[in-house]
Amino acid sequence: MDKARRTFLKIAGASVVAGMAAPAVMKLTATPALASSEGHAAPAAHAPVGGGHAEETPTVMRLGMVIDTRKLNAKEGLIDEAIAACIAAHNIPQFPDKKSEIKWIWKAPFENVFTDHSVRLGSKKITDNDFPVLCNHCDEPPCCKACPTQATFKVEATGIVAMDFHRCIGCRFCMAACPYGARSFNWQDPRPYVKSYNPDFPTRMKGVVEKCNFCGERLALGQEPACVEACKGTGAITFGDLNDPKSEIRAVLDKDFTIQRRPTTGTNPSVFYIV
Amino acid sequence: MIEKTLKGKPAYWVWLAFLGMLMAIGAACYIRQYNFGLGMTGMSRDVSWGLYISQFTFLVGVAAGGVMLVLPYYIHNYKEFGRITILGEFLAIGAIVMCLMFIMADLGQPMRALNVVLYPSPRSMLFYDAIVLNGYLFLNILCGWVILTAEKKQVKPPKWIYFFVYLSIPFAVSIHTVTAMLYCGLPGRHFWLSAIIAPRFLASAFAAGPALIIIACLVLKRVAGFDAGRKAMNKLVTIIIYAAMLNMFFVGLEFFVGYYSNIPGHKYALEYLFFGLEHHGQVYNNLVPFMWAFVILAFGAIAVLATPAAKKNDFVLGLGCVALFIAFWLDKGIGFVIAGFIPSPLHEITEYVPTVNELGITVGIWATGFLVVTLLYKIAIGVEHEIEG
Repeated sequence: MDKARRTFLKIAGASVVAGMAAPAVMKLTATPALASSEGHAAPAAHAPVGGGHAEETPTVMRLGMVIDTRKLNAKEGLIDEAIAACIAAHNIPQFPDKKSEIKWIWKAPFENVFTDHSVRLGSKKITDNDFPVLCNHCDEPPCCKACPTQATFKVEATGIVAMDFHRCIGCRFCMAACPYGARSFNWQDPRPYVKSYNPDFPTRMKGVVEKCNFCGERLALGQEPACVEACKGTGAITFGDLNDPKSEIRAVLDKDFTIQRRPTTGTNPSVFYIV
Repeated sequence: MIEKTLKGKPAYWVWLAFLGMLMAIGAACYIRQYNFGLGMTGMSRDVSWGLYISQFTFLVGVAAGGVMLVLPYYIHNYKEFGRITILGEFLAIGAIVMCLMFIMADLGQPMRALNVVLYPSPRSMLFYDAIVLNGYLFLNILCGWVILTAEKKQVKPPKWIYFFVYLSIPFAVSIHTVTAMLYCGLPGRHFWLSAIIAPRFLASAFAAGPALIIIACLVLKRVAGFDAGRKAMNKLVTIIIYAAMLNMFFVGLEFFVGYYSNIPGHKYALEYLFFGLEHHGQVYNNLVPFMWAFVILAFGAIAVLATPAAKKNDFVLGLGCVALFIAFWLDKGIGFVIAGFIPSPLHEITEYVPTVNELGITVGIWATGFLVVTLLYKIAIGVEHEIEG
């Protein structure tokens, strides 16, 4: 406990000096909430972001992601590398049929990803590029509201929408509730379909729901999310604290026009796209 | 009173054996599903609820429909329903038993079902649904049993039971309202995101439930010598016609909102259900025949039930009620739930076709419900005959 606190202070101090240049990851892991012990998580205050709210000074983190689809599509196969990294990190089974498929992050055409936007007379960028899709880790997640056992819940200290695979009863109410189609269900035992087994992450059993967890387990070890790491150096995915005005992600958001998926549903997603 | 289920004509035993056989098939199918997982069904990532949840939704309505007997009898003192109110209460018990079984059949991890109780989540509509469904089940068992026992002893029912009888009326409304709220509170599903869902559910419930009770009365008249009385049945027909017309009116309103506003999201599911949805050059129209059957049967049934012949002729009456029950089953027990998933949040269309194994479980659960209702009706009519004879 003391050690984590010391580390936090040390890095927090360092990041004041380094300012925006401090790597996002260092700041993330420096926060006690992301260390393994949860005892000293910051108070769980609601921190509305954007959406016309007056900006308050948030006391907790809200992890988010900006996906620069221009950069992501600039390098051949980069999206697939990011997807493969996620599959390897999380023991995601690869089923041959669409019916049983399990996806945490995958790619889809613009019209499927941004269903509220028109693709009529759209530029080539819109028609030709691929767009990655993943859980939006919404500020107001309908899935968490729907869950009758709190097996899926929002980690207030980080804003991550997490899952407890051991509590999930498999009612799939969250799948009906998610406006983004981000959730998958284990229609059968997934283990025989896991291609390469990563012992650092649990495999799932049949009958439970799963989805992207923003790599909560990697963040706790001071690592970036797997997809972010796969795109390292390209600037295609920026990950960080949306509530920290000095963070790299906020700098990216300040600079470019970004869009979110289905903003009309009022969920306030934490994943932003530069098209 | 339970001993009354142990004596019956051969036809009674043949019927029970038939139901028992269907239940055994259902159980065998369920064991297969339990071992393999819900991949044994036709459900998929895109259509993540199927026949089980749609049957559940429909049967909640059948259960709630019993209140159309309880309310006139106990609140308006409509004496003609005296003989059949118990049938409504016992039908509700059978329907809720089926509802709970369909929910269990649909769970990926049924052994964890008690997590709903262990980790109560008051923000989830399923939490309230579990409360009202079990509450309504309990109320119907209590009221039905206490009142039947009093009848058997030919004494007035104890006064305290009326508290629970009256309580069961708002509970009946609540079970279908909360079930509607499972759907109409989800931000991403246009077809379900409609304030008319709860009223529509109630209207179709108040038609389909009493229709099934009339069918039961006609069957009981032939096989058990139990006459519900023409006056009571004709009154029920009036209730059924009004409720059925309300349901059709509400369905029409959905069409108006979708097509006049011309908002694509409001039209997709209706388009898919009634006309076939065109997407990337392919037309998806699996449910179109079912939905037009619903429309034709519903209006046909209303017309048949409204004729003077239905007031006198058992066959005409039965025909109208069967048609109406099937119509509303097609509407709510098939179309409503499945169309909510069309298109998927990523605007892809995946059609759902149940598997044979899934149908086996579904039939098995229906058979269980029929068995429960048969046994309860046997008791109720045995008591009637006892005090009359």
